[in-house]
Amino acid sequence: MDLYDFPEMGRGDLRAMRLAIDGAFRDFTRAYGETLENLFDPIRALLVLIETLMINSPWVVVLAVIAALIWIMSRSWKIVAGTVLAMLLIGYFGMWEDTMRTIAMVAVCTLVAIVLGIPIGILMARSDRLNAWVTPLLDMMQTMPSFVYLIPVVMIFGLGKVPGVIAVVIYAIPPIIRLTNLGIRQVPADVLEAAEAFGSDAWQKLRNVQLPLALPTIMAGVNQTIMMSLAMVVVASMIGVRGLGQPVLQAINNQYFTLGVMNGLAIVAIAIIFDRATQAYGKRLQKHSEIGHD
Amino acid sequence: MTDMQAQTQAAQAVTSPGHDIEIRDLYKIFGPEAHRHIDAVKAGMTKEELNSRYNHVLGLHNINLTIPFGKITVIMGLSGSGKSTLIRHINGLITPTAGEVIHEGQDVVAMTPAQLRDFRRRKTAMVFQKFALLPHRTVLENTIYGLSIQGVARAAAEEKARYWINRVGLQGFEDYYPKQLSGGMQQRVGLARALTNDAEILLMDEAFSALDPLIRVDMQSILLELQEELHKTIIFITHDLDEALRLGDKIAILRDGALEQVGTGQDIVLNPANDYIASFVKEVNRGRIIKARTIATPAAEGAPLPDFTVRARSELDLVARRMIKADVRTAQVREADGTLVGLIDLPAILDAMVNPATAASDD
Ligand SMILES: Nc1ncnc2c1ncn2[C@@H]1O[C@H](COP(=O)(O)OP(=O)(O)OP(=O)(O)O)[C@@H](O)[C@H]1O
Ligand SMILES: [Mg+2]
Repeated sequence: MDLYDFPEMGRGDLRAMRLAIDGAFRDFTRAYGETLENLFDPIRALLVLIETLMINSPWVVVLAVIAALIWIMSRSWKIVAGTVLAMLLIGYFGMWEDTMRTIAMVAVCTLVAIVLGIPIGILMARSDRLNAWVTPLLDMMQTMPSFVYLIPVVMIFGLGKVPGVIAVVIYAIPPIIRLTNLGIRQVPADVLEAAEAFGSDAWQKLRNVQLPLALPTIMAGVNQTIMMSLAMVVVASMIGVRGLGQPVLQAINNQYFTLGVMNGLAIVAIAIIFDRATQAYGKRLQKHSEIGHD
Repeated sequence: MTDMQAQTQAAQAVTSPGHDIEIRDLYKIFGPEAHRHIDAVKAGMTKEELNSRYNHVLGLHNINLTIPFGKITVIMGLSGSGKSTLIRHINGLITPTAGEVIHEGQDVVAMTPAQLRDFRRRKTAMVFQKFALLPHRTVLENTIYGLSIQGVARAAAEEKARYWINRVGLQGFEDYYPKQLSGGMQQRVGLARALTNDAEILLMDEAFSALDPLIRVDMQSILLELQEELHKTIIFITHDLDEALRLGDKIAILRDGALEQVGTGQDIVLNPANDYIASFVKEVNRGRIIKARTIATPAAEGAPLPDFTVRARSELDLVARRMIKADVRTAQVREADGTLVGLIDLPAILDAMVNPATAASDD
């Protein structure tokens, strides 16, 4: 037996297989692409709405709203001051509009990830079987090179906002699912038993005990999801998502060093703002939720 | 809630027809195939055999116990004897492998999930060893928990909760979070939470075991004081004999999942059913358990009665102290209503107070 050449499938067969799968997928796309696109229309509308609001409102108002939101979450003047300063610099260097697009994109993606991810995490915490099935899927979603699932998404939806959102959400949703699952599983058994002993039904246990006690962990998941969405926004610019990613892409293609660094730094600034704000919020949630005194 | 309301509430608790809890032929086997082994266990397979051959744990073995309405029943046993398992059968937190738990003619074991929830909400409340308070809720919000999940209006629930918070001595701490309180105070919250539920059955699983000795005695006093007016059906678990004797109207001793002896504290101290129980009660201060009534001997017909009188329900160490102070050797024993029970003398008191086991070994 020949041990040097791997006994691989015939070239012709491989080609035929690829063509068959691609063909089938293309047929599927032709048949259902439009239905799927309509399905995602609300998300596109939401994204467009937020984007236009942020770009077309006076920048002072937008800045004030952002500062207020950051204050509500973090209750820290330091973080708010840092945010305002960073946003002013971004505006001064001409990246205001792209930054607004990116923030809108990240906000919508995070929202979608939360709305889908938390219920999935809850279901996984309730069922070990589901947990065993979904966990490897999440592993795959996180390790698969992010470019790869741009391909089917683009085939179905073409270029634009919706495929961008889908690609980002697929990439960024695993942490929130994982940490919701983890947070609920970590709720102390005795507290849960007490809720049960007083006659709570499943929903009351979830609402009164499991979710509140898991919330700091879930917030850590939200934080990671935001960070990963931001990272993915650059990749998503390859399929036509506008924002800070596009100039970066342009800079790579044309070797514009300064343009690349400036936009890169803007992404970093947004990342730091989101990170500090969500972490501060998580800490505040945790204040009383520790089980004290044994 | 006003004091008036509280009094009528307490009065209702006394006069409402009481319901005992009947535990019948209860078995619990832990393991994935419990039902396959139940017949063998009923036929006499031991805990060890079940464990080594089939890798199942025999949690409870043929428990038959009546838990009287309005009384404190203490379940006592060493660690791992099945106390927690047994108490959790009463509110259906654990389903038995075989047997019944009857209350008001209904079998808790056979209830549907909805019936069981309703039973837990309206008839039972529970206090836990490690308090099990909701850490993200204040004292007030914790206390309200039972009523809020029943859908009781917030204002009414809060009024009740505040009343019980006061009764357990936590006024002023309503807005504290559990972790800001000491262990003793947290368990008062646990008690207030259970009492606010206004349930007939109070389940207490080693409720005071995690507390310092002094605070523990405090909590026992609070419980006894409350029980005097509330007359709830309390199931109290402990591994501490002194606590059992102090609180228990009825005491059931568990060993390896089976009941070894059931009776009053006096029964158990004076007539231990076997060596195991005897070794259990060896160290107990008998003078504080045995009552004058127990060792009174009938007065001889026509003979003159001693001048000194003691109460039938007084414990021997109190009787002895009073008799020595009055410098008498014999006394009449009378019930509170005046009926004569018999006579008592100092040698008999001493004899009863000295533990037979230790006395024998020192001969
Ligand atoms: N879910 C379970 N699965 C298997 N075995 C169990 C389970 N729950 C309890 N047991 C076993 O049943 C026996 C009785 O346990 P239980 O918790 O009722 O004891 P306990 O008297 O309350 O002890 P402690 O004083 O330590 O609280 C123990 O041997 C324990 O290991
Ligand atoms: Mg226990």
